[in-house]
Amino acid sequence: MDSQIKGVSTGTTILAVTFNGGVIIGSDSRASIGGYYVSSKTINKLIQVHDRIFCCIAGSLADAQVVTKAAKFQISFHSIQMESPPLVKAAASVLKELCYNNKEELQAGFITAGWDRKKGPQVYTVALGGMLLSQPFTIGGSGSTYIYGYADAKYKPDMSKEECLQFATNALALAMGRDNVSGGVAHLVVITEEGVEHVVIPGDKLPKFHDE
Amino acid sequence: MSIHDFKESNFIPGNGGLDRKVSTRPATSLSCAKRKCFKMLDESPEPGWLSEEVKTGTTIIAIEFDGGVVLGSDSRVSAGETVVNRVMNKLSLLHDKIYCALSGSAADAQTIAEMVNYQLDVHSIEVGEDPQVRSAATLVKNISYKYKEELSAHLIVAGWDKRGGGQVYVTLNGLLSRQPFAVGGSGSSYVYGFVDAEYRKAMSKEDCQQFVVNTLSLAMSRDGSSGGVAYLVTIDKKGAEEKCILGNELPTFYDQ
Repeated sequence: MDSQIKGVSTGTTILAVTFNGGVIIGSDSRASIGGYYVSSKTINKLIQVHDRIFCCIAGSLADAQVVTKAAKFQISFHSIQMESPPLVKAAASVLKELCYNNKEELQAGFITAGWDRKKGPQVYTVALGGMLLSQPFTIGGSGSTYIYGYADAKYKPDMSKEECLQFATNALALAMGRDNVSGGVAHLVVITEEGVEHVVIPGDKLPKFHDE
Repeated sequence: MSIHDFKESNFIPGNGGLDRKVSTRPATSLSCAKRKCFKMLDESPEPGWLSEEVKTGTTIIAIEFDGGVVLGSDSRVSAGETVVNRVMNKLSLLHDKIYCALSGSAADAQTIAEMVNYQLDVHSIEVGEDPQVRSAATLVKNISYKYKEELSAHLIVAGWDKRGGGQVYVTLNGLLSRQPFAVGGSGSSYVYGFVDAEYRKAMSKEDCQQFVVNTLSLAMSRDGSSGGVAYLVTIDKKGAEEKCILGNELPTFYDQ
């Protein structure tokens, strides 16, 4: 579906996984036009919308950039009004409202992940039509089709940070290996109460599997 | 915010046009599958099985080990949104120690398998011994390639012969390629990552059987066109052993 989007699309693989004490959000870095020209090898699809809340985008890049910009503004305004850091659910809801109210024009889906004081680490999916769903982990983008089986089999609740990093890296590597519109480097962001840590894994350092 | 003119379709999850197959648990009855499938409420009055082509939208897998092969498949046959057969065995015999796994259009796949079964019987009488797996695969490939515009079926051929041991051949679209393992059918998309990660060279027969069962279970739980029971065939030099694993005996994963 992503590869039928006109213009630049992030035919992509994105995921977010909760672990014991935090959440990891990750993506590949390829942007393509029509599935046959890579317009950027190093695009960053992980957008920081607040101190401990990130979202990642799949679908039309233009739509996603506009929506996240609007969401970023609304969330910081909301957090100033409330005089406290926003809840992850609030950030996800803002994205959802934008997607649902403009569902005819927009073609972008989001994964929101972050940490807040009330519920700890959380992951929310906002699908194309504006559905909002909370899940322990989620995968999205065109490359996610290929890793449903892997994610279902390998995910365990309450993993440690290292196990979770390994799970996310493997999942991205497998998807990038099978999906032609996902590739480049793997971007991972680890969000915990203490702070935010970026991990970038270049293509040649990704885990290799049996036929590589 | 204005009041929307709420249409029924706004509230159906998955209405965003994501082309992925909707996931259902292995269907134990037709009405169960229909209830669990998310559909547009304005369906056409005529049931799908009257007008839609019957497909074995499916998950098939074959893997070789030292001394034989293991083939596996699900058992769902669909015509549009209707499940017309929930217990079809898609592992079809081509010869004593050569089987093929069917996917794509049910009619095309069955016909190819029957034709090759006949051609192999004649061939094995002519040469006076059991045919090679490569011969069977070549016969399938010849039909698939010659009629590639008319046919839409993909068969994975696997078996054991004394010259090459266990072998798996892929015949998609008329190509012939030997691989250590192969997956096919609509459900295979969801398990590419899993098989890439889990496959190791030189697995034992039991490991292969477990690998096949796990893969089928994962694919069946994500692909709307795969489901039912899992059929397994293990072929080695002693012969072929068929096994059926019911829906509730399949391995389950964290969310089931």
